[in-house]
Amino acid sequence: MEKICSVTIDGKVIEASPGQTILEVARANGIYIPTLCHYSNTTNVGACRVCVVEVEKARSLVASCTMPISHGMVIKTDTKKVRDSQKMVVELLWASGNHDCLSCERNGECELQNLVYWLGIERPRFNIEPPNYKIENSNTMIQRDLTKCILCGRCIRACNEIQVNEILDFANRGNFAKVGPAFDNDYIDSECYFCGECVDACPVGAITFKQARFSGRPWEIKKVKTTCTYCGVGCQMDLNVHNNRIIKVTGNKDYIHPNEGSLCVKGRFGMDFINDSSRLTTPLIRKEKDGEFTEATWKEAYDFITERLTEIKKKNGPDSIAGLSSARCTNEENYLFQKFLRAAIGTNNVDHCARL
Amino acid sequence: MAGLAAAFGSGAMTNSIEEIEFTDVILATGTNTTENHPVLSSRIKRAVRQNNAKLIVIDPREIGLVKYATIWLRQKPGTDVVVLNGLMNVIIAEEIFAKEYVESRTEGFEALKKAVSSYTPEYVEKISGVPAEDLKTAARLYATANKASLLYAMGLTQHINGTDNVKSCANLAMLCGMVGIEGGGVNPLRGQNNVQGACDMGALPNVFPAYQAVANDEARAKFEKFWNVPLQGKPGKTIMEMMDSAEKGEIKAIYVMGENPMMSDPDITHVEACLRNLDLLIVQDIFMSETAAIADVVLPSACFAEKDGTFTNTDRRVQRIRKAVNAPGQAKADWEIIADLSTKMGYSMNYNSAKEIMSEINAVTPSYAGITYDRIEKEGIQWPCPNTDHPGTRFLHSGHFSRGLGLFHAVEYVPAAEQTDDEYPLILSTGRVLYHYHTGTMTRLSKGSEERCPESLVEINPFDAKNLGIEDGDTVKVTTRRGSLEAKSKITKRSDVGMIFMNFHFHEAAVNLLTNPVLDPIGKIPEYKVCAVRVEKA
Ligand code: SF4
Ligand code: SF4
Ligand code: SF4
Ligand code: FES
Repeated sequence: MEKICSVTIDGKVIEASPGQTILEVARANGIYIPTLCHYSNTTNVGACRVCVVEVEKARSLVASCTMPISHGMVIKTDTKKVRDSQKMVVELLWASGNHDCLSCERNGECELQNLVYWLGIERPRFNIEPPNYKIENSNTMIQRDLTKCILCGRCIRACNEIQVNEILDFANRGNFAKVGPAFDNDYIDSECYFCGECVDACPVGAITFKQARFSGRPWEIKKVKTTCTYCGVGCQMDLNVHNNRIIKVTGNKDYIHPNEGSLCVKGRFGMDFINDSSRLTTPLIRKEKDGEFTEATWKEAYDFITERLTEIKKKNGPDSIAGLSSARCTNEENYLFQKFLRAAIGTNNVDHCARL
Repeated sequence: MAGLAAAFGSGAMTNSIEEIEFTDVILATGTNTTENHPVLSSRIKRAVRQNNAKLIVIDPREIGLVKYATIWLRQKPGTDVVVLNGLMNVIIAEEIFAKEYVESRTEGFEALKKAVSSYTPEYVEKISGVPAEDLKTAARLYATANKASLLYAMGLTQHINGTDNVKSCANLAMLCGMVGIEGGGVNPLRGQNNVQGACDMGALPNVFPAYQAVANDEARAKFEKFWNVPLQGKPGKTIMEMMDSAEKGEIKAIYVMGENPMMSDPDITHVEACLRNLDLLIVQDIFMSETAAIADVVLPSACFAEKDGTFTNTDRRVQRIRKAVNAPGQAKADWEIIADLSTKMGYSMNYNSAKEIMSEINAVTPSYAGITYDRIEKEGIQWPCPNTDHPGTRFLHSGHFSRGLGLFHAVEYVPAAEQTDDEYPLILSTGRVLYHYHTGTMTRLSKGSEERCPESLVEINPFDAKNLGIEDGDTVKVTTRRGSLEAKSKITKRSDVGMIFMNFHFHEAAVNLLTNPVLDPIGKIPEYKVCAVRVEKA
């Protein structure tokens, strides 16, 4: 039997297992504690101190994301002391960055913006000169504006602990701390694999999808859950659609299997082909061997095929016809395709290119 | 596929992707996972960095996983069987195999023992170049683990003896009792999104859905009844055989759905000649592919984001795809086109949705019987799933193998079909790179991929480059007995001495002009991983 301990949070007595953090217990019981640097599936570092709570008998406020519970603990999440401390942290973050929400890609789904609103902060008390970093615009996939970075370290942990690509780290310490690839390189000059995990991890607008820039506000976007069309891992992803166009792809975290919200560069940034102008849009028929293609209606194309297939089958038998199905198509389509060859044509000449 | 089915009774990945993260030892052979299955490779890397798993990599190239490996066995291309037999030789000699398991769950052990007896570590070192001591270390690591997962991909199967390579993997895993347990297994990683599903659905010349043989009277009777039409019992032709028959004029018409054999087949020149000899070539695709360009009729289809359906991933999980945007112009979903065409041909197919087709699949495919759209709305289900109360199957062969007893196969080393000589002194291997996919029709249109990897490169070891007077970035000419092409060189130690690597994503440097179309006699997979080449400065 697992040991159970009981704690009190905001006057509510709760049973929990030892080893759980205060944050985990609170969340599991529907009690809201704000967080910024906490990121699931990565180490809790206790860096931002937005998640502080009061614990009876403790000398100071504790970070709930790192503090394990102990039996009999009495915890308060909404005292004045807690709120004052949270306001202080958030005001400092607001003041020390270039948080111009008007043109920020994250406006509407920014965790810092949400906290400012939740805490009811009108204006920060402080006036701090934001660092004057240039926007990193060197590649077509990921844009970085480190003047918005709140140094939560989530991107670093996503890169090192989730994807284990080991590209990002803190450079410098203290006031000059900065996140990025080794030698303060731009992503494009580093070994970065462009999986985009760091973009999904960033709580603010410091790392964003370049191609989605100015293409649609979060509240205008419809997310359609689907399966990646590239490799056999079958990652679950959300196609972010606006005006009948896929503007970006984000990992779907509702599922654990098979990818727990991670994607790779192909699934993440490989969808440009869908809107490409070279897509086929109409049936084409070549009436004479070596002649040119002419555009046709579906009816013309079907008639052309049916006539010829019927003739070939009559003259040479069904085994003179063959079909190549596709590992790119759905199960339903593969099923129908082999059924077509076997039942409609009468041959087992059906294969696909997976051997290759 | 054929190799695993012969040993276990099923050709699919035995275990689940998530189990890889929580196993003790991972043996990865012939799989460049960080580039071909990146998200799955994160699990391997997390297993090593966070859960203390040991990683054994067997690969001629210094692939990305080597950075995370406990031990790396760098064998000469085409000598995989030698190394695998060598591992088993050590394991049997040191008596660290799973005796009880071998006795109670398998057959054919004596023949295996005899076959591997001559593959001593010294012999293995001589043939494969893998140091005898490293071989022993790896053998002990794998054999003494509580649970060990063996992973492989095309690096193992794209050889003249690909089926043997797979059987050797099965041998090794059974010898150590690693099949039928959580965190273990023999796990082929599928390169394309729905290879598993295409096979499951019977897009193969010899089987109906769920591998029910067309030659089996009972199976045929069942489908004849269900489809209401008499069916042929003679297995059909494989893709390579189709091409040859087309050349001879026996096959007159080929209907190609969503494939581009003009790029993906070995020996493109031959394929083109075969296809041009047809009376009728129908190509259904989203782009004007190389194959579509020589067709008589081209039908525009919808891509994955424009239709509903399911894909079955590499760990047998059936998952939904959903329509997110409209298809361009008049393009239609492939299933609609097939159904229309079939009805026109006089065999009526009436389906209003992909979901309706899945209901029919449920009825005729025992392993998919319980996998309905309603059940997989939230999360996919892994086959076998025999009924709608069944939760699906995480790992196969628990308690007993699909075929009853696991079967050992005595496998002997067969050298690659094409050996190097004075005229063609280097070995060429082909494969994929992270930023592109298959024949490149999709990824070559993506800004990011083109930015990161805009052209085909010939990866060559510094030693060979120096001998040939080649500098990094020089244009080089690569020639085989079948053809030649030019591309830029990249000097890197990732390629071993005597070996070059090229990817097959770029039609400007279509590497399959060079490759050897000899097939593995059973798996019918071409030998893409070994052919003899000459490289010179262009
Ligand atoms: S894109 Fe991926 S590899 Fe690159 S820095 Fe971000 S998390 Fe790391
Ligand atoms: S870039 Fe984003 S995720 Fe990374 S430290 Fe800054 S705010 Fe956090
Ligand atoms: S996102 Fe990458 S790893 Fe995942 S299925 Fe797509 S191609 Fe494979
Ligand atoms: S969330 Fe707890 S310290 Fe940041």
